[in-house]
Amino acid sequence: MDHFEVFGLPRRLGIDTAELQRKFYELSRRGHPDFHQAAPPERQAEILEASARLNAAYRALRDPLARIEYLVRLEEGRDTREGATVKPKAPPELLEEMFEIQEALQEAKSAGQSVGLDAGAKRTLSDQRDRLRARYEQEEARLRGPLSQAWDAAGPADRAGALTAFKEALAVRAYLRTVIDDIDEALGESEEGHVSHRRH
Amino acid sequence: MSRIVGIDLGTTNSLVAYVDDKTGLPRVIPDRDGQVLLPSIVSFTPEGVLVGAAAKRRLVRRPESTVYSVKRLMGRGYDDVKDELGYLPFKVQPADGIVKIQIGDRDVTPPEVSAIVLKSLKERAEAHFGEPIEKAVVTVPAYFNDSQRQATKDAGRIAGLDVVRIVNEPTAASLAYGLQRIKEGLIAVYDLGGGTFDISILRVKDGILEVLATNGNTHLGGDDFDRAIVLALLADIRTKHGADLGRDLEAMQELRLAAEAAKIRLSADERTALTIPFDGFTYHRAITRAEVEALIGRLVESTLAPCRMALADAGLAAADIDEVVLVGGSTRVPLVRRRVQELFGKTPHSQLNPDEVVALGAAVQAQILAGGITDMLLLDVTPLSLGIETLGGIVSVLIPRNTTIPTSAREMFTTSVDGQHVVDMHVVQGERELAKDCRSLARFELSGIDPMPAGMPKIEVVFLIDANGILSVTATELRSGKAAAIEVKPTYGLSEADVERMVEDSFTNAEADVEARLLIETRNEADTVITHVERALAQGRRLVGDDEHAAIVAALTALKDARNTTDRDRIREATTATNQTTEHLAELMMDAALKGALASRRADEIMEK
Repeated sequence: MDHFEVFGLPRRLGIDTAELQRKFYELSRRGHPDFHQAAPPERQAEILEASARLNAAYRALRDPLARIEYLVRLEEGRDTREGATVKPKAPPELLEEMFEIQEALQEAKSAGQSVGLDAGAKRTLSDQRDRLRARYEQEEARLRGPLSQAWDAAGPADRAGALTAFKEALAVRAYLRTVIDDIDEALGESEEGHVSHRRH
Repeated sequence: MSRIVGIDLGTTNSLVAYVDDKTGLPRVIPDRDGQVLLPSIVSFTPEGVLVGAAAKRRLVRRPESTVYSVKRLMGRGYDDVKDELGYLPFKVQPADGIVKIQIGDRDVTPPEVSAIVLKSLKERAEAHFGEPIEKAVVTVPAYFNDSQRQATKDAGRIAGLDVVRIVNEPTAASLAYGLQRIKEGLIAVYDLGGGTFDISILRVKDGILEVLATNGNTHLGGDDFDRAIVLALLADIRTKHGADLGRDLEAMQELRLAAEAAKIRLSADERTALTIPFDGFTYHRAITRAEVEALIGRLVESTLAPCRMALADAGLAAADIDEVVLVGGSTRVPLVRRRVQELFGKTPHSQLNPDEVVALGAAVQAQILAGGITDMLLLDVTPLSLGIETLGGIVSVLIPRNTTIPTSAREMFTTSVDGQHVVDMHVVQGERELAKDCRSLARFELSGIDPMPAGMPKIEVVFLIDANGILSVTATELRSGKAAAIEVKPTYGLSEADVERMVEDSFTNAEADVEARLLIETRNEADTVITHVERALAQGRRLVGDDEHAAIVAALTALKDARNTTDRDRIREATTATNQTTEHLAELMMDAALKGALASRRADEIMEK
């Protein structure tokens, strides 16, 4: 049973999240292990499994971007590895800028973190990061908006194309995320020092 | 279904609660003296084991055999805790992935010590209901990892309790509030206890309490406030009296208890005084709330970053939070309240007693599990990401932090050499990229794989985190459909055989019966009085006349004689008599100490001018 089926939904990305939450609460109320403590052990094991499946499904579907990542995995028949990674790819129009940024980052790294960065270099990096963040948000908006709508509107013949578009956008997003995190780190601004920024 | 009680197994205090069938409201169960809080302290005496207030009284006299704050050691390895061991008077040693506490010539594990506390609460509940209690919901800090949760479950088993559910403390508190006070909306629960800090963000809607995110620090609490104060006092004593008490275990316990008491008084008062008699001198000083706030400021600040991270994980801003709930004794500290209020921009709730609210919530969860409450449901999350180590020591996350539990993840494994019949995996918990920086949970060995060319076997491994936040792993070889054998080697924690043995031990070494324990407690109290009086006589001899001195010596001798009998009444009477005889001396000494302090202050003032 896939995550869409758990909620009795078709494999579409346009999901009313308020309705999804209502359904999630209703199914939890019916099937949560807390309410079945007196059941025989085999039945309890089934209930536990169903409850775990429901929670995983809700997590994957409630966020529009996690939903797309799940859909891609599902369509490709990879229903394991929850945190499956797409191979990051630089946005073609930013290739030159990326090259410069990577070079600056490399320098920062060899100079021993932010100590080696002068104020000007810091400002340049932080400006570049702001631009990349804007680009990142733009990519997410595209995934949530037009690309998701294209998938929902696609007939069987157009699906492969819609899927490819998702994968490319996800690859660009993953790339931007990595570079933004690297700049944060180089500027000594990564939250809480060591906790990674991996988006799950 | 049999009765299930709710237990808050705290760093400093523990308590037990249940839901009253008539009112439907949770209630705490007091002991026979009317005390609700059981100090989480266990003292090992040659005659037997003491727990709670009786053990606390022994803390100063027998620091090396009296164990407190053991929760900080639960499910931990030696490397995790070695930095703070210098502050603990009892001896802690590494032992095969866990730590052991050495008491004389025996050693005990942290779950065994916790089991003694749990057993005392179990007996308290049994006395209250007049029936055996075998099941309990036990709370743990939300940020406890798998090993710490498992250690807590083990403690229950050793105590003869089936821990039917491990509940996170902040969420338990929200259940207690949810039953009585909270409206629908987004709630932040800020829980600062004796040794641990948690922040949980919840959405409450239609009787469902859904945890959106949680964060925290399992090594931050009131203990650390006390420690900061003690360090300042030690420095002050060195300056004023030239004495270095840092290595004097007994003096350190006196200081710790005095610091804790002063901290508590300063939650209500702006200033307070400390008077501690030591061997050779009496230390006296005034201390203000502002001084203590300066000492603990950094610690309080360090709770705010986890709050911001939890908000970020929940996708919320501080301003989105509708209500803030304070839990844990340390939230009585005014500075803590101020900082929390500033962060969320709201006056926090604290109508329910912050010491009791977690136990009350545990009782509510117990009632839900017993089928007594059907319109409330708690959906909690796993606090830390769960992953496996892959090539190059990189962690591949299978279950991200803040995933609603129960939850599961599947992963396919195969072999890398022809004919390989065993596959290893290393499961870790944490947010770091490299496995070595995360918390190692266990190594699993999948064996019995039929010999096949490399890459041919398809082994599906399912990682399941149950509603307790505890992991279990199963594996199936998909081609044959047969379950693969898994051997689990937990990195930290007791083996199944260890727990079995401890369960048996706890039955065979069943604590002395009530009568015997009462005798130990009475003797113990007599010992405390003897120590104090001997010290007072040494320091204050010149304050009393010969007659009074003779009377005190006589009372003391009578008490020492009585102490060695088994007659409880006689010991108690002799203790009371000695206390009465020395009242006057105690007053004189207090006066002398105050005068001394005043005199030295005047001298300071003159110097300044």
